[in-house]
Amino acid sequence: MSGAASHPKAGAQPMRVANGNAVDTSRTLHFTFDGRRLSGHPGDTLASALLAHGIHLAGRSFKYHRPRGILSAGPEEPNALVELRDGARREPNTRATVAELFDGLVARSQNRWPSLAFDALGMNGLLSSVLGAGFYYKTFMWPASFWEKVYEPAIRRAAGLGRAADEADPDHYEKATTFCDVLVVGSGPAGLAAALAAGRAGARVILCEEDSLPGGRLRAEHMTLDGAPAADWVAKACQALAAMPEVTVMTRACVFGTYDGGTYGVLERVADHKPVPAEGEARQRLWRIVARRCVVATGAIERPVVFPNNDRPGVMLAGAVRTYVNRFGVAPGRRAVVYTCNDDGLRTARDLARVGVKVAAIVDSRPEGTGAGAQVARDCGAPFFAGASLADVYGSKGVKSVLVRDHAGQAHNIACDLVAMSGGWSPNIALTTHQGARPDYREDICAFVPSALPPGMVVVGAAAGVFDTAEALGQGAQAGQAAAALCGFETALPDLPRAEPASYGIQALFHALKGVAAAKKGKAFVDFQNDVTARDIGLAAHEGFVSVEHLKRYTTLGMATDQGKTSNVNALALLAEVSERSIAQTGTTLIRPPTQPVAIGALAGAHRGPHFKPERLPPTHQWAMAQGAVFTANGLWQRAQWYPRAGEQTWQETVNREVRTVREAVGFCDVTTLGKIDIQGPDAAEFLERVYVNAWKKLPVGRARYGLMLREDGFAYDDGTTARLGENHYVMTTTTANAGGVMAHLEFCHQWLWPEMDVQFISVTDEWAQIAVAGPKSRDVLRQIVDPEYDLSNEAFGYMAARSVTVCGGQEARLFRLSFSGELAYELAVPARYGAALAERLMQMGAPYGIAPYGTEALGVLRIEKGHPAGPELNGQTTAHDLGMGRMLSTRKDFIGRVMAQRPALTDPARPTLVGLQPLCATDTLAAGAHLLPQGALATAAADQGWISSAAWSPTVGSWIALGFLANGATRLGEVVAVHNPLAGTVVNARVVSPVFVDPEGERLHG
Amino acid sequence: MRLTCPFCGSRGLEEFTYRGDALVRRPAADTSLQTDAQAWTDYVYLRDNPAGLHSELWYHGVGCRSWLVVTRDTRTHRVDDVRAASAVAAERSGGAA
Repeated sequence: MSGAASHPKAGAQPMRVANGNAVDTSRTLHFTFDGRRLSGHPGDTLASALLAHGIHLAGRSFKYHRPRGILSAGPEEPNALVELRDGARREPNTRATVAELFDGLVARSQNRWPSLAFDALGMNGLLSSVLGAGFYYKTFMWPASFWEKVYEPAIRRAAGLGRAADEADPDHYEKATTFCDVLVVGSGPAGLAAALAAGRAGARVILCEEDSLPGGRLRAEHMTLDGAPAADWVAKACQALAAMPEVTVMTRACVFGTYDGGTYGVLERVADHKPVPAEGEARQRLWRIVARRCVVATGAIERPVVFPNNDRPGVMLAGAVRTYVNRFGVAPGRRAVVYTCNDDGLRTARDLARVGVKVAAIVDSRPEGTGAGAQVARDCGAPFFAGASLADVYGSKGVKSVLVRDHAGQAHNIACDLVAMSGGWSPNIALTTHQGARPDYREDICAFVPSALPPGMVVVGAAAGVFDTAEALGQGAQAGQAAAALCGFETALPDLPRAEPASYGIQALFHALKGVAAAKKGKAFVDFQNDVTARDIGLAAHEGFVSVEHLKRYTTLGMATDQGKTSNVNALALLAEVSERSIAQTGTTLIRPPTQPVAIGALAGAHRGPHFKPERLPPTHQWAMAQGAVFTANGLWQRAQWYPRAGEQTWQETVNREVRTVREAVGFCDVTTLGKIDIQGPDAAEFLERVYVNAWKKLPVGRARYGLMLREDGFAYDDGTTARLGENHYVMTTTTANAGGVMAHLEFCHQWLWPEMDVQFISVTDEWAQIAVAGPKSRDVLRQIVDPEYDLSNEAFGYMAARSVTVCGGQEARLFRLSFSGELAYELAVPARYGAALAERLMQMGAPYGIAPYGTEALGVLRIEKGHPAGPELNGQTTAHDLGMGRMLSTRKDFIGRVMAQRPALTDPARPTLVGLQPLCATDTLAAGAHLLPQGALATAAADQGWISSAAWSPTVGSWIALGFLANGATRLGEVVAVHNPLAGTVVNARVVSPVFVDPEGERLHG
Repeated sequence: MRLTCPFCGSRGLEEFTYRGDALVRRPAADTSLQTDAQAWTDYVYLRDNPAGLHSELWYHGVGCRSWLVVTRDTRTHRVDDVRAASAVAAERSGGAA
């Protein structure tokens, strides 16, 4: 037995009283807490290092700003939430009990002002009569206007937790998916045995442990396996697992959620235990693990007992006290009172006595003669109180003494600086309930256990209510063996170590109060993190919130970042008592993922900033960059918007020049982004008949045709040209926006509506670089590029011709005589890898003709000048009739949308239909989105007759022009309407004109 | 959630898109608003949304591009059956003939 006084490190860390099984005392790490320089060792958590210095006070509570200490030794910690690190890596609300110590760690307490020891808002405790359950609802109601300006900022300042970093997170996060036969969650005795059994069978096993070290309670308890310290067997088991090639052990990996189909969410804290991640290393990694079977061995969480002032720093969970003693070699106090309702809690007295801590009293709630308390007390030389309770705790920033009420009601004041309490263990069943199962209450162990399990899952060990180590080992091994066998891997059970028998003998103890509602003297906390007291629960029940779901929301119980891991069962027990029901009748709330806080950064992974969405780059992108193009996003595509030249002052100047180049000479534009679908099969023509409104069967080979698609509800869906390259071979183009949608639509029509048709589709959007070459000189330029054996004359290759050609001396290509601009124009497609080379060749060969590239802006101006509909016109609310294409709808065949398009409302002449608009004053700006009203009408919705869909300055017309939809539009040519733009606050008079502003006869097109 | 595509095997939800009720039927090509407006309204607008087993169309767009008929319990996401829509459709038209 090594006492505190004899330990060599006593000076620096006075409470480091023994050698913990997970701490390397040969090395010292330095850290600061609230600026104070402290030390610890590798293997420590921040909490164990603080306790080694005798520091319990770690933070202030959420609502009342009560001084709070370290309650637990694990992820269930509700109190010791701290800020870690500085600057951009500052991270609030980190649990000191899971934060691994590293050299140079900077930690700060939070939720205190000006200091942890003196907190100005501590007086909230004095105002507790107004801060009780539902205080938000009652106090901050009126006047409503006060909420945003007065109440909310004040509440946030007073009640906030830590401060997030002000700068962007400099670390990176990864996402990964993996698959296994058997996922084992937790590496305590049951989990290790399950992994060993499944692993030796040859199954692909992943063992996830959220702690930095495997072992679970085997590290926390003073116990032997096969006569040696349990931690030795843990090391051996891990060696055995490491030797199995199909087994992966992941530490610092928390399985936080169970999802459908055997999918599990796992957060791996890759570099949280380092000051800064290594070069190229992720800070955290979000795993999706798809497992055929899952063995849940997540252990149990100890419950506090509810008694007055049970939140004082120095009041700890009994099991946590043992963890600090056995794993970290730290005594959390010098004089301890152990308060328990079960034999497991009594172990604490033995462990404390072994390291020289004085056990001032053992308070056992069970009556005289039950449990092993009397024997343990004798062995530890401690006074023993059977059938007794803790009535109060004295001291505010640390425990000074406790008031014990013995079985006869006699009060005893006992000096101590540590209270180790155990209300018994609650199986950690969160993963079993994520899909909606409500757990069952077992009276014999005073705890909820899993009920219906998700497919493929089994629960073993303490998580299943099995608290005996030998039994947990056996159950784990059998579950691992069975899970592997169900995946087709059979083998005998592994040899399991011999464990010492241990008794539990729990008798229900949730609170030590004389009636829940009557508890007036001293706050008795149920939920430490959200500051919910026993009185709040009594009050809520008194006010009618007796449903467990209502209680939770009204008191905020269990709604803090710890999800009420230490508080839920106690709260249910209290609610059951005040509402005179059993705990089973009271029921429990649903637990939802994640079981532990998961940073948004981890969920986002690499998808942030410029990587939020992928970018698609047309084949000429690099070339356009080199030309100094300005780019715009078209969905995921990055497209050149315009190509500025030296001396051009504004983008408008550039676009005007590009438009003029096309109208007067020749320009080219990358139109690869348009969807391209290759359609082949004997039924291809018949299929096109059914998806387009117009006729296709008579389209000859070597010709293209414009087509319009409707949705089945009769509204316009998409348009484009489709060319017939061979007898049974077509290539369809779609709009850029609908490329994926049209592909899915064609597959749907084929596979679901007409599976008997012999036709196949494949998207070739990314296979072909397609460049539009437009302008009166376009043929002259193409003549230099298309190989001479192909006749490009108007007679041989007229408007809407399409064929395979070769270019640049034998390179395969496809040439289409299509025009979006209304000029003599072509689209030339070459394999995508030659797109940039084609652009360069066009520039070179076109130079004598004044060629220039043009971007999407000029493309838009050109098509508006020609009245061609695009995305703004095909907006999902317009019909073929609205677009002026009503007569395209064939009456001699069935096609998608045919029947519903005939509904009278869809062809009502009063519907807004496509018109052109030109302001009376050429320089009056027209803007898309503006409303069209009769001149002189009040700007009301009732007077609204339509809208502008697309507008541009037309250098060709020398005026602003627009396309829009106007009620009875076709009959109103020549009329002047008022164009209201409420955003700009303007009203402009514009004349209704034909939507075709340039070359209405189409002579240029056919030239 | 995962779906077992009859062509690709078990795949994650992110590869699929949902369309909806697989029980609606496109009326015959020779029907019109005059002869059967109700059938067209049902087909275009009316969808069952049961709490329980549901037959629904999914698209394996980030896979083999198959349309699938999935039988799923909408309360639990339990998937009982996944079949190629083309096979279901072929049986359907075969049965009707």
